Amino acid sequence: MKAFAFSQVPLTPDTYRAELADPAAGGYAAFEGWVRNHNEGHAVTRLEYEAFEALANKEGERIVAEAITRFGVLRAACVHRVGSLGIGDLAVWVGVSSRHRAEAFAACRYIIDEVKHRVPIWKKEHYENGDSGWVNCERCAHPHEH
Amino acid sequence: MTATLFGLVLAGGASTRMRTDKAALQYHGQPQLQWAFDLVSKVCAASFVSVRPDQRDDAARGSYPQIVDRQPGTGPIAGISAALLEHPKAAWLVLACDLPFLTERTLQHLIAHRDPHKIATAYRSAHDGLPEPLCAIWEPAARQPVLAYVASGKQCPRKFLINSDTALLDLPEPQALDNVNTVEEFGLATAALRPEGRTSKTVRIQYYAILREQAGRSEETVDTSAGTPAELYAELRQRHPFQLTSAHLKVALNSEFGDWQTPLKHGDTVVFIPPVAGG
Repeated sequence: MKAFAFSQVPLTPDTYRAELADPAAGGYAAFEGWVRNHNEGHAVTRLEYEAFEALANKEGERIVAEAITRFGVLRAACVHRVGSLGIGDLAVWVGVSSRHRAEAFAACRYIIDEVKHRVPIWKKEHYENGDSGWVNCERCAHPHEH
Repeated sequence: MTATLFGLVLAGGASTRMRTDKAALQYHGQPQLQWAFDLVSKVCAASFVSVRPDQRDDAARGSYPQIVDRQPGTGPIAGISAALLEHPKAAWLVLACDLPFLTERTLQHLIAHRDPHKIATAYRSAHDGLPEPLCAIWEPAARQPVLAYVASGKQCPRKFLINSDTALLDLPEPQALDNVNTVEEFGLATAALRPEGRTSKTVRIQYYAILREQAGRSEETVDTSAGTPAELYAELRQRHPFQLTSAHLKVALNSEFGDWQTPLKHGDTVVFIPPVAGG
């Protein structure tokens, strides 16, 4: 599988997990990000993810490669959803296989943290009261206006 | 008798919005203070730079004849009142140093239409019709009323001129007094002033997320004279209701992270990246 990919359709962690199998692996760690029904005090009803895929794919691949090098794991991959998601849907999956568990956990954590901060993916939340907003973009748009 | 005209370039501002000293910015291949000083020196008998006491020896200002604020902290009126006190028989052509579009022609027009019997001669702003105090001639007769105005705790030189006997002129070049206060305005101004920056190029801009919604489209192709992504974004903000400033964004050129100051090339694809939220 590709080290980093987007999917328009629901994620299938079992198939990804099988791809990380390696005879030298003593373990596998995964992280699944799920859509929750609340964020910062607002009741959330659904989400939309949008990505600048040409750059996001490159940056995502760089992150996975960094994790493999940095933590010495065997295989790693990340798949992220785009499109419309409901509560409980799987938004992102990260998997790592390695010889020992410590580096699998560490690499998994590194990948999800870096993906959140570096990859051009945006999340629009729709709220129970009918409002919607782009996460991290709405409040910073009014800096020190006079 | 008409009072001799001295020049005063105001360079005592804090440049808060620019976050860098406006006197040192370069629009014309030299520090803006030098450019403004040279311009005013062409049309005045003697010229000075207005500084705060703590700026007397700074590198950008130390080499000019100076007039030091006597009541620092009250803005440009401190510089104007200090000049009127220092040379009470002179009239003062007062000039802000953040006017990169100013021309000698606009100054000559002001001088030619000066009314020495008024308190001041000023241009009407091209934007709101109110007097522009920082490209204006202040007569010796302004001294007492300015001192009284400052003594009463007021600081706004524009309001002073509004409430004084001021001769008002229309600008011969409407954009001549457009001032530059922010990094984005600086980008636009340098692009407009740079001969090679005027070269038009075609670039494609792709919009995502909040910018896509605010632009009302996911991409557009524009002919622009913007020299860098910073200048391009400033230009696009004039056309689209983008609320995010460049400080909030990253930029990508041809599907790779880029720099705001990278020269734009014909045919580039540019993406402005709002704060991300994956995961």
